Amino acid sequence: MNFTLKIWRQPGRTSAGTFKQYTIDGVAADMSFLEMLDGVNQKLVRGGEDAIAFDSDCREGICGSCGLFINGRAHGPARGVATCELRMRHFTDGEAITVEPWRAKAFPVIKDLVVDRTGFDRIIQAGGYVSVNTGGVPDANAIPVPKHSAEEAMDAAACIGCGACVAACKNGSASLFVAAKISHLALLPQGQAERKDRVTKMVAAMDEEGFGGCSNTYACEAECPKLIPVTTIARMNREFLLAKK
Amino acid sequence: MGLLTDLYSSSIGKKITVGLTGILLCAYLVVHLAGNMLLFRGDGGAAFDAYADVLPSLLVIRIIEIGLFAVFLLHIVTGTIVWIQNRRARPVPYAVHKKNDTSDPLSRIMFVTGSVVFIFLVVHLNTFWVPARFGDGSHHSMYGTVVEAFSSPLYSVFYLLAMVLLAFHLRHGFQSALQTFGLKNLKYTRAIEAAGLIFWLLIPVGFATIPIFYLLNP
Repeated sequence: MNFTLKIWRQPGRTSAGTFKQYTIDGVAADMSFLEMLDGVNQKLVRGGEDAIAFDSDCREGICGSCGLFINGRAHGPARGVATCELRMRHFTDGEAITVEPWRAKAFPVIKDLVVDRTGFDRIIQAGGYVSVNTGGVPDANAIPVPKHSAEEAMDAAACIGCGACVAACKNGSASLFVAAKISHLALLPQGQAERKDRVTKMVAAMDEEGFGGCSNTYACEAECPKLIPVTTIARMNREFLLAKK
Repeated sequence: MGLLTDLYSSSIGKKITVGLTGILLCAYLVVHLAGNMLLFRGDGGAAFDAYADVLPSLLVIRIIEIGLFAVFLLHIVTGTIVWIQNRRARPVPYAVHKKNDTSDPLSRIMFVTGSVVFIFLVVHLNTFWVPARFGDGSHHSMYGTVVEAFSSPLYSVFYLLAMVLLAFHLRHGFQSALQTFGLKNLKYTRAIEAAGLIFWLLIPVGFATIPIFYLLNP
């Protein structure tokens, strides 16, 4: 397959960026989008040009490192996959593909397609954890967890923190990410002790980072590679209100 | 007061404010529509005029009126603040953004539909409320004002158009408010959407019967 790529190039945080056009041929339909970009980079490096910078790590959809805005969609046209799991068969031969970095005030571009997502880390640091004393490992079944809660908590815990929710949202809102983390811990017995404190601090951190608010357009749910439902956002709002009591 | 200002300063608190005032305004629409239906009693407006005359004479209605203005103001001002803050969260736009592939277009234009409804509100108050409240008393009955206003097809069409946009605004707004209060979950989502469907459609259609009636019976 052959493609014409329009890719955002930006040398650094403060420098101005622009779209540059590249062509690539001989792409196999089963290649991932990142493997295709590797091919483009190989060509660039051989020609003495600067390779296109993009984030990736596990390349099997579980780490949350990759994330590109492809043809107007976060993680491209396929549903429930990260960019690394997106295959070239989702595109038509000869298609023009526009690749952009995540765009949000809270996610400034570092270089080309790489954005600074440490805002998410700071939100987690504000309360996205369970404090435990060190010591012997407790027995796995010592604390009973109802099956339904375990399932719902696990669905929320599937969040890999890639930032697609922020990228897709017209408001650049991190609500789905924060809601997933809050839901995950609020549903489990281990999360109860810090439950109220957690939601208050994480929501405050989210606002402080400059993410927008949720206006319930549900664009995030549709683009989330882990298909995290927006019902987690309802739960976050509920937790937030109950914490004010 | 500390709790309220604390709530209002957060993004979720502002959303809850917009949602709560929105639901209160929805409740007001039901009462308003019920009153308006007196127009169709076929008694030459006697019942409607009696209703329109007695309302301002009641102290409790005067107090509710002030509250209603406050709710409108809070809804509009907070909604505008949220809209501005949300726009600021993405200073650099995408070159290509297929927004409507992933979400309801109506959910994305609440500020636009709200603005049109606001313009309608100003015109509407100027036509019916201002002369009745601040007029020199020489104005004819409220029923007469209604008949006169809708004798202009242009006014009727404008009214109808505003009702369409109100329907759009309510369609997203009603269920969105319940999501914001945290009431939506897997169990209730369908029931809420069904209740919302009745609400966003029936209320504007109810109001729209008035200009349609006068357009058909000039």
